[in-house]
Amino acid sequence: MSNAVAAPKKGGFLAGTANYLDERVGVAGILKEFGRKVFPDHWSFMLGEVALYSFLVLLLSGTFLTFFFQPSMEPVIYNGVYGPLKGAEMSIAYASTLDISFEVRGGLLMRQVHHWSALLFVAAAGLHMLRVFFTGAFRKPREINWVVGFVLFVLGMAGGFTGYSLPDDLLSGNGLRIIDGMIKGIPVIGAYTSSLLFGGEFPGEAIVARLYGLHILLVPALILVFIVIHLFMVVIHKHTHYSGPGRKDSNVVGYPLMPVYVAKAGGFFFIVFGVIMLIAATFTINPVWNYGGYDPSPVSAGTQPDWYIGWLDGALRLAPSHLEVHVGGVTWAWNILLPMIVGVGFLVVVAAYPFIEAWVTGDKREHHVLDRPRNAPTRTAIGAAGVTFYAVLWAGAGTDLIATNFKMSLNQVLTSMQILLFVAPIAAYIIAKRTCLSLQRKDREIALHGRESGRIVRLPHGEYIEVHEPLDEFEQWKLVDFKDYQPTLARPNAAGKITLRARLRAGLSRFYFEDRIAPVTQTEIDAAHHHGDHDAVEAAEVKAVEA
Amino acid sequence: MAFKKNRRSPLAAVIVMAAGLALTGGGYAAATAAVEAVKPVSAVASADQISEGRKLFLANCASCHGKNAEGTKAAPSLIGVGGAAVEFQVDSGRMPGQASGPQLQVKKKQFTDEQIDALVAYATTLGNGPDVPTEEMIAANGDATRGGELFRINCAMCHNAVGAGGALTEGKYAPALKGVPADHVYEAMLTGPQNMPVFNDANLTPKDKKDIITYLKFVEENPSAGGYELANLGPVVEGLFTWIFILGFIIAITIWLGAKSN
Repeated sequence: MSNAVAAPKKGGFLAGTANYLDERVGVAGILKEFGRKVFPDHWSFMLGEVALYSFLVLLLSGTFLTFFFQPSMEPVIYNGVYGPLKGAEMSIAYASTLDISFEVRGGLLMRQVHHWSALLFVAAAGLHMLRVFFTGAFRKPREINWVVGFVLFVLGMAGGFTGYSLPDDLLSGNGLRIIDGMIKGIPVIGAYTSSLLFGGEFPGEAIVARLYGLHILLVPALILVFIVIHLFMVVIHKHTHYSGPGRKDSNVVGYPLMPVYVAKAGGFFFIVFGVIMLIAATFTINPVWNYGGYDPSPVSAGTQPDWYIGWLDGALRLAPSHLEVHVGGVTWAWNILLPMIVGVGFLVVVAAYPFIEAWVTGDKREHHVLDRPRNAPTRTAIGAAGVTFYAVLWAGAGTDLIATNFKMSLNQVLTSMQILLFVAPIAAYIIAKRTCLSLQRKDREIALHGRESGRIVRLPHGEYIEVHEPLDEFEQWKLVDFKDYQPTLARPNAAGKITLRARLRAGLSRFYFEDRIAPVTQTEIDAAHHHGDHDAVEAAEVKAVEA
Repeated sequence: MAFKKNRRSPLAAVIVMAAGLALTGGGYAAATAAVEAVKPVSAVASADQISEGRKLFLANCASCHGKNAEGTKAAPSLIGVGGAAVEFQVDSGRMPGQASGPQLQVKKKQFTDEQIDALVAYATTLGNGPDVPTEEMIAANGDATRGGELFRINCAMCHNAVGAGGALTEGKYAPALKGVPADHVYEAMLTGPQNMPVFNDANLTPKDKKDIITYLKFVEENPSAGGYELANLGPVVEGLFTWIFILGFIIAITIWLGAKSN
């Protein structure tokens, strides 16, 4: 009877199902691999998750919208329920957007869910990028994943813009007109490209259907692919963690995916979904019915793109006008080309930053312990300058609203922004760097001497001292555990020549690491713990600075 | 000048000035509030009304517009501007102007409705110009669809597609149209106050104007189907809202989730 039926497994339905799946697709192995992935706990590690969940909400609400939206630019007479457009001629795309808003059950909620979550998706992704930047999480081995994430951010912008243009209302048409103008501003190929894109002269009758294809097929598919690559790399690299006792470049300290993180992340998804639903149910976004169908002649005041395109719109607004140059019958419209170059240049620098920093430091080690922003003062300062630069461009898109709401002159607001675009990043750089260095000095002080307790003690011989409470080792570890780079010198190569490349690298290295506060060493700590032995501490400090 | 410094504190002048301003300003506000009255129904101007208007004009307007409304360097001639312009400027509180600047501000109006009617009556005697519209001309019972289209073509580039207002050059602006009375909207189109172009009856017929008013009143009276409107200022406000409130709220939640369980 040895070949009879195998003894039935005990444990009921769940165990039976698990066994069934394991025997067919090897669930146990997968679970063992993924379920035991360890994730560290920190709020800033959840920002990427927010982006991911908003993307899921986008997919769900977007699918709903495709059931009712018709991407056609055929003219039609609107005969729906919205009074002030009844009898107006408009495109089918716009009419179907109005129908979604007013006649499809739950349609307006879904439109608002879709739009708010799109804004949130890009915002959360941007904030996640900033977290990764300021903590140095892009360092080896994660440089490529930084680029993948960067591509996701750009795809988010592309997805957003193609979606923004679909309803074919006045606002979206105005936005497309600006894009058309920018494309036409490219010398030689501009006019042909615009003609190809719009299927003739703007606005044509093709653009909505074309953007629809991109918006619901190509862009989300690419985003999905890049999300998979992004997450796959997170699994390969393991998650980074902040420095702390027992946290090293060779381990990850946290909780396993199963069951802790699955529960946490699952719950968090519903929280994010819930927040989006709540906002979408209470706050109007993009009231398309206000704008009317697209007509190339009117342009409404307060025409702006969604926030993530705002910085490019701001660049256009801040560019000085009248910069056209005519060369051999071709107009070079620098007032359009300059902002495009600035925009593309900014993005290239963002994408390439990990490689630039790796080249300057020459650091080939793997880094899994994150930097506190203060412990990388130059990087933090560069980040602050970049954020400020972006923010000025971004605010540039709202110059008209700033002028009217704060009762200022539009011209002066624009001029101020133009000046700020150059001055503010430099100021931000200096302030951020000095702040970082000061914080590092404070950390050094605390690590060596403990916290000020505010308790003043009078010694028998009359001297007053403030008692410092020493840190416990766990606290102290966070303050002293960071890597210190020193400026490298330009060295001659094999032929004995100092190349320009080596000089540049040495110069950048000086720029990065000239001003630095050395981490506290064990010798210094030991010296400090010798009560009253302040001379030794100071001597060690002097040595550390000289080193 | 040293003895003056010794005599009183440098703050004294500021305090005296503040007290003086508060006293006159407060008293003035109380006095004008006291004489608010209801609008009378006087279509035809009487001789009394005209002379009353002239008196008011001489007392309040002539210093800038000239004794015979012929205009001075400071202000334009009012001959031939018509009643519509006068009612718009005075009834909205823009005139008499308080301070020079890029644009006259809307203030609490300084005259009673009878006084404004008298000023209008006086202004009509100065020369032919557009008259104050009748109730029927400004009633919001026209074609809102047509009005919306006309509004987007003629007005939205400055006033925004739903009349939320917009910026012009050098501190000038197109004001928000929410809450602006229909007669002011009509008169503004007719007379083109300040930086606004004139939309005369050949440009926008009285029916067109009525349709535009109908559209504006519809937008004003019907709140957004989508919930709170965020001032109808479009994507900039939506973006700020996303960053500050949605993301802010979600970050608060992440901090809660990431907090140590103890």
